[in-house]
Amino acid sequence: MADDSANRVQAGEIAVEGVSKSYGMAKMQKEVVRGCTFTIERGKLTVMIGPSGCGKSTLIRLLAGFESPSAGRIALDGEEIRSPSRDRLVLFQESALFPWMTTWNNVMYGPRARGEAGPETVEFAEFLLQKVGLTEFRNKYPGQLSGGMQRRAELARAMINNPKVMILDEPFRGLDAMTKELMWEYYSRLFEENRRTNFFVTTDIDEAVFLADRILVMSNIPTQVRAEIEVDLPRPRRLADLVESDRANDIKKQALSILHAEAMRSFSRGSKAAADFVEAYLKRESRGS
Amino acid sequence: MRTKVMKVLGSQAFWRGIVAIVVFLVLWEIGSRSKMWMAYEVFSPLREALGAMGFKKNYLPWVGAVPAPSGVVMAWVDVLGHAGYWQSWYMSFLRVIGGFAAAMLIGIPFGLMLAVNRVAHGIGFPTFEVLRPIPPLAWVPASIIFWPTQELAIMFITFLGAFYTIVINVVGGAKSIDVRYFHAAQSMGASRWDIFRRIVLPGTLPSIVVGSAVGMGITWEVVVAAEMISGGGSQMGGSGGGLGFFIWNSYVGGSYEQIVVGMISIGIAGFFSSELLRGFGSLLTPWLKVR
Repeated sequence: MADDSANRVQAGEIAVEGVSKSYGMAKMQKEVVRGCTFTIERGKLTVMIGPSGCGKSTLIRLLAGFESPSAGRIALDGEEIRSPSRDRLVLFQESALFPWMTTWNNVMYGPRARGEAGPETVEFAEFLLQKVGLTEFRNKYPGQLSGGMQRRAELARAMINNPKVMILDEPFRGLDAMTKELMWEYYSRLFEENRRTNFFVTTDIDEAVFLADRILVMSNIPTQVRAEIEVDLPRPRRLADLVESDRANDIKKQALSILHAEAMRSFSRGSKAAADFVEAYLKRESRGS
Repeated sequence: MRTKVMKVLGSQAFWRGIVAIVVFLVLWEIGSRSKMWMAYEVFSPLREALGAMGFKKNYLPWVGAVPAPSGVVMAWVDVLGHAGYWQSWYMSFLRVIGGFAAAMLIGIPFGLMLAVNRVAHGIGFPTFEVLRPIPPLAWVPASIIFWPTQELAIMFITFLGAFYTIVINVVGGAKSIDVRYFHAAQSMGASRWDIFRRIVLPGTLPSIVVGSAVGMGITWEVVVAAEMISGGGSQMGGSGGGLGFFIWNSYVGGSYEQIVVGMISIGIAGFFSSELLRGFGSLLTPWLKVR
C-alpha cells in the first residue's frame, strides 16, 4: 500500500517570477510583496522563513490562487495560476477542519466532493489515517481532538487529494514544544515516503533546518527573497542527530545572521517586533551557540 | 442517566431553585390572602399608610387582588375534566404548529437564499427589513380582512412571529461561517452545490436551531394575543378558541383563578415546545455537544 500511494504522487513545480502585490489605492497603497522570484522545486521541501508580519501569508494566498498578484507571474508546471485548485492544497495556521464532520468524513471530503470516493480511495484514506496515527479517532469530531491531532487530520485530508504541491502556512504554530517535535517527525516521515513538492512557511529556524531541502530567507515587508540556502543534511532525519550536527548548526547560524541583518534594518525603522528579535539574537551569540 | 439525575439532585443550585420557588409560592399565598390578615388591629398603621398612598385600605396592592395559588390549583383541577380546556390547548397548538411550520418551510430557504446569493440579497433584504419592524400584532386587523377564514388569519400572524426571527438567524448564521472552510472546500475541488450542501447547510444548522427555538417562543406570545383580539374563532363555540381565548373568556366571566390557569398553561406549552425543539436540534448538531 505504501508503494502504491507513492506511485500516485505527481509532484509539480511552481515558478514565481517577479511577483508583487499591493493593497489599497493611490496614496494609501501599501506594497506587501515586492518583486519575488523563486522556484518551488519538484519533489523538494522548500521552507520559507522570515520575520512575522513580513507578507508570507499574502504570498501563500497568491500561490493558492485566492488572490492574484499585482504584477508578475506564478505558474505551476508552466501553467499560470488563476484560481484555487486541488493541485495546490493549503494548510493554514488555524485548523480548517469542518467542525460538523468526523475525522473520517473530513479526510474523505475532497474525493467525495469530486465524486471519486471509490474503494481505492477508502483504502488510501485508511492508510493515511494510520500514517498520522488517527485510526482510532476516525469517528471523533474535530472538537474532540487535541491541537496536534487536528493538524495531523488536516495533513491527511490534504494528502488524500494527491496535490501536485502542498503549501503549509505555519501549520504547527501554537502547539507546545513537545507536540511540535512530534509533528515534525510525522510530517517529515510523510514527506520522505512520497516526495511530494512541499512549500512550508515558518518563523521557527529549528523547524526550518530540520524539515527543509532548501530554505528561502525573506526580508521584512515588502517581502523579497534575501537568500537561498541548500540544506544538504541526509534523510531520513532524526531530531537527536540534528542537535549534534555541525552542518545543521552552520546552516542555522547562516540563516539567523541574515534574519538578524533584516531585523536590524527594520529596527532602525522603528519595529518593536524586530527589537525582540535583535535582543534574542545577541543573547544567543553571547552564549556561543 | 441515573448518575446525571443524582448529580442534579445533589447540587446546591438545584435546591436553591426549589427553595426559591416554594418561598415565592408561600409569599404569593400570604399576599393574596391579605384581605384576611390585614383586618387585624396590628396592621392598622399599614392600612393607613396604603390609604395615604392612594391604594385600597383593606388589602395589599396588586398581589392582594391576585388569586391565591391554592385557588388556582383548585380551579385547575376543576378545569382538567372539561373538554373545553383541552380543546383550547389543541386549538392553540394547531395554530402554533401551522404558523411555525410555515415559517420554517419558507424562512429557512429564504434566509439561505439571502445569505448565499448577492442578487437575491439585494432584492429581498431591503423589503424584508422594512416589513420586519412591524409587530405581528399590528397585522391582526389586516389579516382578518385579507384571509378568508379567521383560522388562517391567526395562523398567518403566528407565522410572522417566527418568520422574521428564523430568517435573521439563518442569514446571520450562514454569513458568519468562517471563510477558511470555503477556501478549504474550494481548493479540494468542491462544486458550488457541494459547498452549499456540505458547508453552508451544516454550518448554518446551529443558528437554525437557535432561531427556531426563539421563534417558537415568539409564536406562543403572538398566538395568544391574536386569539384574544380576534375572538379566538368564536364560531367554534364557547371555549373552543385556544388558550388566549380561554384567558379572555375567564376574564369576561370574572373567573380570576382561571385566568392564572390559562397563563400558566401557556407558560408550560411554550416551555415544552422550545425544549422539544432544542432536544431535536442537539440531535441534528452532535458536534456541538462533544466539546
